[in-house]
Amino acid sequence: MIETKNINFYYGSFHALKDISMKMDKNTVTAFIGPSGCGKSTFLRLFNRMNDLIDDTKLTGECYVNGVNIYQKSIQVDDLRKRIGMVFQKPNPFPKTIFENVAYGLRVNDMGDKQFINQRVEESLKGAALWGEVKDKLHKSAFELSGGQQQRLCIARALAVSPEVLLMDEPASALDPISTSKIEELIHELKKDYTIVIVTHNMQQAARVSDKTGFFMLGELVEFDDTKKIFLNPENEQTQNYITGRFG
Amino acid sequence: MNMKHSEQELILLKEEVIQMWKFVITQIEKSKNALLNDDIELAREVVSREKRVDLYELKIESDCENHIALYAPVAIDLRLVLSLLKITSSLERIGDFAESIARYVIMDNSTILNPKIVVELKVEIMFDLVIGMLTDTFALFNSGRTDVYGKILCKDDEVDTIYKNSFNIMTQFLLNNPTMIRSGLELILVVRKLERIGDYCSNLVEDVVFYVDAKVLKHKPVIKTEEYLDGNSEETDNQNDTEEE
Repeated sequence: MIETKNINFYYGSFHALKDISMKMDKNTVTAFIGPSGCGKSTFLRLFNRMNDLIDDTKLTGECYVNGVNIYQKSIQVDDLRKRIGMVFQKPNPFPKTIFENVAYGLRVNDMGDKQFINQRVEESLKGAALWGEVKDKLHKSAFELSGGQQQRLCIARALAVSPEVLLMDEPASALDPISTSKIEELIHELKKDYTIVIVTHNMQQAARVSDKTGFFMLGELVEFDDTKKIFLNPENEQTQNYITGRFG
Repeated sequence: MNMKHSEQELILLKEEVIQMWKFVITQIEKSKNALLNDDIELAREVVSREKRVDLYELKIESDCENHIALYAPVAIDLRLVLSLLKITSSLERIGDFAESIARYVIMDNSTILNPKIVVELKVEIMFDLVIGMLTDTFALFNSGRTDVYGKILCKDDEVDTIYKNSFNIMTQFLLNNPTMIRSGLELILVVRKLERIGDYCSNLVEDVVFYVDAKVLKHKPVIKTEEYLDGNSEETDNQNDTEEE
């Protein structure tokens, strides 16, 4: 589904990602863990070319989604970002109604008529486990929702354009435990239809939601394996030291 | 760098198990001496000290539960806590057997134990084998050097062989000494307890190897090869294990 080959990434002269190769299968959840500044979010943002928006950066290596190198010249980045949705650390709904937030991507991409949009908004809100809580106030401002609901609204917004992959950059780090639990349950459900890549600082969260875990350190992918293996018997001593909290 | 609080807690937890382990070794040694020397006072001491084994178990179990709840250990820390729970349970059972043997000594004081049958049954050798297993596994636990686990497991085979032979030996003895049936049957139960101690010592080996190497030895067919004796059999890690029993 997603494969990288010898990825190197530079912010100016800073070598942020060092020769990273990995494969992520369809309908799996892959978690990236590691200390701040290790490169995990930079690596995540490669998959929908969000790093293109940053000046003075350089990328070498290859990144394939469904066998297509997403950095080849013929790739339309807007189309790519429809296929690969993203949810950020802080919920960032648009200053619009709940309905319009979800419908936004469909409207700007001219995807379907009014009936289709209504249907897709409902499906997306159901997919994000939010429909039951908002179905009677679809035309209220998205800012009236709680933080956890806003984050699920952002997930619904990403789902509306039928992506293949969902990228999540610390999606629950600003949420309380109940909202976090709902997001984690949602990830389990979404896995049936989407391939999910999540960056998290919460190692227990990585253990709970992911099938595979990659541990990053100083721009290197130190270890990438089944989550059960990483959390019971990691091969690398650095991984063990990090997940057991032995790094100062 | 200072040691983290969770690490210190784990060290204390491990130290508690070490103390319990030493205590149980002493219990078995005392029950051996009580039986072989018909020392009722010593047997009473073993029985009275058994409560401390139970207290160790309760305390360590509670501390392990707290550690899991508070620190959510992973990797080698998780394997250690899981192993400590099992090790404690096995040590408690071994402590129970030491107490039962001591109670046999106390109960059997009206009957003179025939020293010849004790020798024929190889009771002392069984004691030495299980005490050796318990001590060697203790050293394995402390050192983390698991390359010799196969040698310890082989001692359990010796214990099992002695146990299997004991029925014929005792049957012959009782045919010749029909007045000692009760005492003889009680003695067979002692032999049976020693055989069970050997099994629990094997469990201890498995738990220590799981903690140190993340290898699962349980329910593996016993492979009598040099590799096995050196503790280098080709067990795979936890992910590749299948139930083979």
